[in-house]
Amino acid sequence: MLDSASLLPLIIALPLAGFLINGLVGLLSETYRSRKTLIGTIGTTAAFIPFLLSVWVFLGMTPDSDPIRYHFLNWISAGDFVSDIAWRADQISILWMLFVTGIGSLIHLYSMGYMKEDEGYWKFFAYLNLFVFAMLNLVMGDNLLLLFLGWEGVGVCSYLLIGFWYQDILKAEAAKKAFVYNRIGDFAFLIAMFLLFRHVGSIQFDAILAGLGNIPADTAFWIGLLMFIGATGKSAQIPLFVWLPDAMAGPTPVSALIHAATMVTSGIYLVSRMSGLYALTPDAMLIVAVIGALTALVAATIALTQTDIKRVLAYSTVSQLGYMFLALGSGAYIAAIFHVITHAFFKACLFLGSGSVIHAMHHVEHELDHHGKHVRFDPQDMRNMGGLKAHMPSTYWTFLLATVAIAGIPPLAGFFSKDEILAMVFNAGATVSAIYYVLFAMALATAFLTAFYMFRLTYGTFHGAFKLPKRHPEAAGSEKYLHESPWTMTAPLWILGILSVIGGFMGFPDFVVQTFGNPDAHANWLHGWLIPNVSEAELVLAKPIKWGILLGSVLIASVAVWLANRTYGQDKTAETDATLQTRFGGAYQLWADKYRVDEVYEATVADPVLKLSDKVLAVFDLKVVDGLVNAVAGLTRFTGSLLRYVQTGNVSGYAFYLVAGVLIVVGLILF
Amino acid sequence: MISLPWFLGLSAVLFSIGTIGVLVRRNAIIMFMSVELMLNAVNLSLVAFSAHLGDIHGQMLVFFALCVAAAEAAVGLAIIIAIYRNNLTVDITKINLLRW
Repeated sequence: MLDSASLLPLIIALPLAGFLINGLVGLLSETYRSRKTLIGTIGTTAAFIPFLLSVWVFLGMTPDSDPIRYHFLNWISAGDFVSDIAWRADQISILWMLFVTGIGSLIHLYSMGYMKEDEGYWKFFAYLNLFVFAMLNLVMGDNLLLLFLGWEGVGVCSYLLIGFWYQDILKAEAAKKAFVYNRIGDFAFLIAMFLLFRHVGSIQFDAILAGLGNIPADTAFWIGLLMFIGATGKSAQIPLFVWLPDAMAGPTPVSALIHAATMVTSGIYLVSRMSGLYALTPDAMLIVAVIGALTALVAATIALTQTDIKRVLAYSTVSQLGYMFLALGSGAYIAAIFHVITHAFFKACLFLGSGSVIHAMHHVEHELDHHGKHVRFDPQDMRNMGGLKAHMPSTYWTFLLATVAIAGIPPLAGFFSKDEILAMVFNAGATVSAIYYVLFAMALATAFLTAFYMFRLTYGTFHGAFKLPKRHPEAAGSEKYLHESPWTMTAPLWILGILSVIGGFMGFPDFVVQTFGNPDAHANWLHGWLIPNVSEAELVLAKPIKWGILLGSVLIASVAVWLANRTYGQDKTAETDATLQTRFGGAYQLWADKYRVDEVYEATVADPVLKLSDKVLAVFDLKVVDGLVNAVAGLTRFTGSLLRYVQTGNVSGYAFYLVAGVLIVVGLILF
Repeated sequence: MISLPWFLGLSAVLFSIGTIGVLVRRNAIIMFMSVELMLNAVNLSLVAFSAHLGDIHGQMLVFFALCVAAAEAAVGLAIIIAIYRNNLTVDITKINLLRW
């Protein structure tokens, strides 16, 4: 029973079972829908047991143990093409399995509090379980097609959950947008898969890695590039990143689970999984790195200008994902995966914290309504907040921990992973191409901005005075309605907060230990765990340079925090934003307009297509297609108008024709 | 023992009478009875062949045909009664609403 391979199908099946139970029974039974505790418990358990099983599988593995496989069934078999439904747990996928199910179950628990008042409670939990199921297929699939199945599955769940409150047309449109942008990336991914099959003859991961030698260099470049385009869709990179900020229309636990911790990192998973392929093609890697660095910087500047608490976090996520791709492009697969994990901790914590804040603000709105004051305000707008520290201590402290972690202050989690990425980018500058030095500078700038805008967010939300009464005089005294969230919400916050503090030690840099102690020591557990399985670039930097980068990144983060404290820390969010606006002028406007990417796409892609449809295709449709259909219908009608006189209504006549017909047929047969 | 041609001859005669009845009569009930006659003419030849060839299948088929005919008679008579209630006639030439 406790054989690891036989646990894999169970890990997959439990979330599916949770989805089916909550989905089907909820669909059929009104009384079941009102039993929210039961629904929530089933949903959470369906994610938590797979977590325990994953831990068990993980404990049975070593850095160089063979992948654990479970072959379920032969799915597609056509000629040479074989695709099985088979799952694997190896050193890479087990990490994703652990945090998808682990953070997933925390977020399920959190949702039990967050969604308590919602009518679609059962549906929400069904979708969440379905998401976990699809995500596990994505990371556990033993071949590219099963990975793709999961890839599409998480896309569907993302669509369903962003548009969870679909009565609001804007939210439904955000869901559609996310889906369409993802599909663009998926198309490239599919072509990459076809090319791989053509040259390698298999889509099974081990066979691909073994057959990499058969791929010509230029094809390898195209496969790498196309796969990366697929990843830009899912992981919200330039040019397909615009869907992620809009995806914040979904409930906040969804943003935390799907659009921060798990689904958006599947692009990094894909590229890490294919690291052997990328090792063949430095050009593709350079493109990955450049796009990553650009995205990181662009998103960070946008985040600086946003006032919607969730949008700041969304752009921050895009930016951090850019960081991860920068690492991938620099050959630092381990650093990228490390950052995926630490980011999952602190960003999930931040999103859940923001959810807790939004929950409290909603409560204020509700209470005001209850007392006859109909104040309408945006519960996500940080300009309405401030001073929440005193009312929501658990939320504040965990949010602060996660903020410090993402800012890159040692010894919290974000510091270690970010520092490893910086070192590896610098390393690529020294060994591969000088362009990486430019990217390194961009990464440093991003690190500065990250610390700055995150503290802007924290100060604006939790420090100073509660600003709602100032903006809406009717809401005077409404701070007494602010309250801390229930334990189902604060417990996940604390767990994630603590993980944000200690999570970095799984990748403690070797050279720090080597400087002070044993020169051959290996403190970096994650590095040792993954190194047999990825084509990691060799880190050749001298120890002083590594120390320089480490201290430099600490310095930059500290300066950013200090600056943020001096400006935003004094309850001067609006003033400081105005100062920044005058100082940066047009650039600031560009950031605030999100670089007008949406508008550009609208003008270059959407509008021409609409015009073409309107002027050419609609005419073709009306004249030619409809014309043909009408012609066929007209012919039928004309023939019918002639032939209908056969129907005389005279039964004896019909009987006569019948008998005559029979006689003729019999006569023909006999004679 | 009566030989097979007698049976077949009787069956053919009955079938022809039935056919002519359907063609020439105007009363729906009579037409209906004629149809039943045709049906049973066929049943008769089936049973005759069955006995002649020593094959029980023909007789089994007749049982099925009888069951279906019974059901059909019930439905058909019900329809005719319904028609009568609406039109106060069962003259088939006067019932010609369903036409061009």
